[in-house]
Amino acid sequence: MMKIIRPALVSLVVFTVLTGIIYPLTVTGIAQLIFPAQANGSLIVKGGKPIGSELIGQPFDDPKYFWGRLSATSPFPYNAASSSGSNLAQTNPALLEQAKARIEALRKADPQAPASVPADLTTASGSGLDPHISPAAAEYQVRRVAENRGIDEAKVRALVAAYTEPRQLWILGEPTVNVLNLNLALDDLKKE
Amino acid sequence: MTTNGIIQIALYIVVLLVLVKPLGGYMAMVYEGKAFWPNRVLAPVERLIYRLLGIRPDDEMTWKTYAVAVLAFKFAFFFLLYLILRLQGILPLNPQKFAGVPPDLAFNTAVSFLTNTNWQSYGGESTMSYLTQMMGLSVQNFVSAAQGMAVLVALIRGFTRRSASTIGNFWADLTRTTLYILLPLSLILAVVLVSQGVVQNFSHFKNVPLLQKITYDSPKVDADGKAVTGADGKPVTEHAKASVQTLPLGPAASQVAIKQLGTNGGGFFNVNSAHPFENPTPLSNFLEMLSILLIPAALCYTFGKMVGDRRQGWALLAVMLVIFIPLLLFCYSFEQAGNPLLTEAGVNQTASDLQPGGNMEGKELRFGIANSALWATATTAASNGSVNAMHDSFSPLGGLVPMVLIQLGEIIFGGVGSGLYGMLAFAMVAVFVSGLMVGRTPEYLGKKIEAFEMKMVAIVILVPAACVLLGTAVASVTNAGVAGISNPGPHGFSQILYAFSSAGNNNGSAFAGLSANTPFYNTLLGVCMLFGRFWVMVPIIAIAGSLASKKYVTPSVGTLPTHTPLFVFFLAGIIIIVGALTFLPGLALGPIAEHLTLYK
Repeated sequence: MMKIIRPALVSLVVFTVLTGIIYPLTVTGIAQLIFPAQANGSLIVKGGKPIGSELIGQPFDDPKYFWGRLSATSPFPYNAASSSGSNLAQTNPALLEQAKARIEALRKADPQAPASVPADLTTASGSGLDPHISPAAAEYQVRRVAENRGIDEAKVRALVAAYTEPRQLWILGEPTVNVLNLNLALDDLKKE
Repeated sequence: MTTNGIIQIALYIVVLLVLVKPLGGYMAMVYEGKAFWPNRVLAPVERLIYRLLGIRPDDEMTWKTYAVAVLAFKFAFFFLLYLILRLQGILPLNPQKFAGVPPDLAFNTAVSFLTNTNWQSYGGESTMSYLTQMMGLSVQNFVSAAQGMAVLVALIRGFTRRSASTIGNFWADLTRTTLYILLPLSLILAVVLVSQGVVQNFSHFKNVPLLQKITYDSPKVDADGKAVTGADGKPVTEHAKASVQTLPLGPAASQVAIKQLGTNGGGFFNVNSAHPFENPTPLSNFLEMLSILLIPAALCYTFGKMVGDRRQGWALLAVMLVIFIPLLLFCYSFEQAGNPLLTEAGVNQTASDLQPGGNMEGKELRFGIANSALWATATTAASNGSVNAMHDSFSPLGGLVPMVLIQLGEIIFGGVGSGLYGMLAFAMVAVFVSGLMVGRTPEYLGKKIEAFEMKMVAIVILVPAACVLLGTAVASVTNAGVAGISNPGPHGFSQILYAFSSAGNNNGSAFAGLSANTPFYNTLLGVCMLFGRFWVMVPIIAIAGSLASKKYVTPSVGTLPTHTPLFVFFLAGIIIIVGALTFLPGLALGPIAEHLTLYK
C-alpha cells in the first residue's frame, strides 16, 4: 500500500512546485522582461498616469463621443472588475427590448441617423468589455459626433479611418475601431 | 457565411493537420522512452522526480495497480485543492482580499478541475486569489491532462503487448507527459500570448479613470442589503455615478496556455477567452483555438505509430473530421444568419467588408462570427469548454451544435487522452457490431474483442449518458433546479440539458445564464463530473489490462480492415446513431422546439 500512498502524497508537492510555482514564475519573468507593457495590461498612459487600457472598453453615452457595444456587466456597464455577457437567448423578449432601447437612444441623439443600425451596435458583447466596434458602427455615428462637436464631418471620418485596424495578418479576425482610443483622439483634436 | 470566414476556418484546419505528424511523432518518442533532445536537458529532472516519489519507472503495474494509483493520486489532489479554496482568505498572494470559497462551491470547483472538466460556477476575477489560480487551479490543469494522456498510453500498451500482465507505470507516464509535453508547449504558448496582451503579473487590480463619467440606475437596497421593491412589485432603482474602472490583473497567461492545451478550459476571468485580457487579438484567438485541438489530434498519430500501423491513427482522425466539419459549417451558417426578431426591429445583420453582421449578441467584435462558431465547435468537440463567445446567446440551432458534440461523449477529438480512449471504445463497438453481422468474433488491431471488453465499453458509453439524462430530469422537475433558469420557453430547458451534458462528459462550457452557483447545482453537477470521469477511466484501464493479456491474432481474409474509408464512415455512423438514439428526444424539447418558435 505504501507503494501507492508515498508517490501519491509526494507527487502533490512535486507537481505543485513544478507546475504551480516554477512554471508561472518563469513565464512571469520572461513576460516582464520582454513584454512588460502587454504583461501589465496594455495601459494607455497620459502625463505619467494610466488613463485606461487599450484592451478594455469604457462606457460612453454622451452624443459627442463614439459609443461602443452594449455591456451586460453589473452594476454599471463596462465594469471591468466583473466581466459578463448578457446570456440572453435569441427568443428572450429582453434581447429585443435591449436592442430597441439602443436604437431609440441612437435616434434620440441623432434624429437623422440611418434607419438600419449595424448589428454590433445593438448587441451586448461576450465579455461586456469589448473595446471595439465595427467600421460600419463608427460610420453610423460620424455625423452625430461631428455635429455635437461642431467640427467638420470629413475630419471626424478621417480620424475614424486612421483608427480603423484591418484584419490581423490580412486574414484573421475582423476589421475593428478601438472606441476609447478614437474618443481620446477626438478630445485631443479639439484642443488643437 | 463569408469568403473570409471560410478562409479562416480552412486555414485553421490546415495548420492543425500539418502539426499532427511532428507533434504526434514526438509524443510517441516520449512514451516509447526513446532519446530526443529535451530528454538530454530534462532527464536529470525526470530522475530527480522519480527519486522523490520513491519509484522506478520500469516498475510495471497491473491494470488494477494502475487504476489504484490513478485514483489515489486524484484523491490526494482533491483534498489539497479543496483546502486551498477554503483557506485562500488566510493564504498569501491574495491582493484583492478574497474570502475563502464556501463549501459547496469549493467541492464543485475541486471536482471540476480534478476531472478535467473546469466547469466554472464562480467568476475568476471576483472569487479566486492569485495563489488559488496558480497553485490550485493551474496545477490541476497540468495533472488532470497528464493523467488522461497516461491512461490513453496504458490502453495503447494493451493493444501492443502480447500475453502480458502489466500496462506500464502510472507515475512514469504522468511525469513524462508533464515534463516533456505539457510544460514546454505551455511555456512557449504563454509567452506568445503575453506578446499579444494577455496579462501576466502579480500586481493589485488597477484603478483607471473613465474618460466619460457615467450615471446609471442601481437597484436600491435597504439596511439589510435586500433589494427594495416598489408598489408595482418591480425593484426600485436610484441614480449612481461611476467615474473609475477597476482593471483585473494577475498571472493569467501561464494559466490560459495550459487550460487551452490540456483541454481543461477553466478561465482566469469570468467570461473566459471572451475577456480581452485573456484573449486580446485575433492572433491570440487563433493560437488558443489551435491549442484546443492540437494534442487530441496529434495523439491519433501517436497511437498509429505506437501500434505499428499509422493508417489506424489517420483513420480515427478522419472519423473525427467527418463529424467535426459538417457540424462546424452548420453552426457557422446559423450564427451568420442572425436573429429574425432583430431584423424586424431595424438591425442590419448582413455581413460586409465593414461589419461582421450576424448574431453578435454575446460575441466579441475582434473575433466576429466565423471565429466564434469555430471556437464553440472546437471547444465542445474537444472536452475543453473554454469559450470566446457566450453559447447561451447562440441561435437555437447554432447552440445545438456544441451541445450535440458534448453529448456524443467527448470523443470527436475529445479531451487530451480521454478523447482518444473514448473513440477507441467506440471503435470496439464498431468492430463488434460488424462482427455480429457476419457471425465472427470481432478483432481490433489483432486483439479479440470479447464479452469483458464489451461490458466495459457499455459502462463507458452508458454512465455519462445516464448522468446527463437523469440529472436533467431531476433538475427539470425540482424547484431548486428550475429556479436556476434565466431564459423563458424551450431555451430554459436547453440551459439545464447543456449543464448536465457538460458535467457528465467533462466539458465545462455552459449556457451560462443558468444560475448554477447554488448548493443544488454545485452538488449534483459535481457528482455527475466525478461519475463521468472515473466510471469511464477505470473501465478503460480494465480493458487495457484485459487486452494486454491476450494473444495476437494474425489478420485473415475474414478480418475487417479498420483503416479503410468504409470503416471510417461505419464508425462515424455508429457514433451518430448511439448519440442520436440517446439524446434526440431531449434536443427536440430544447433547441429544436426553440428554433421552431423563432421561425414560425
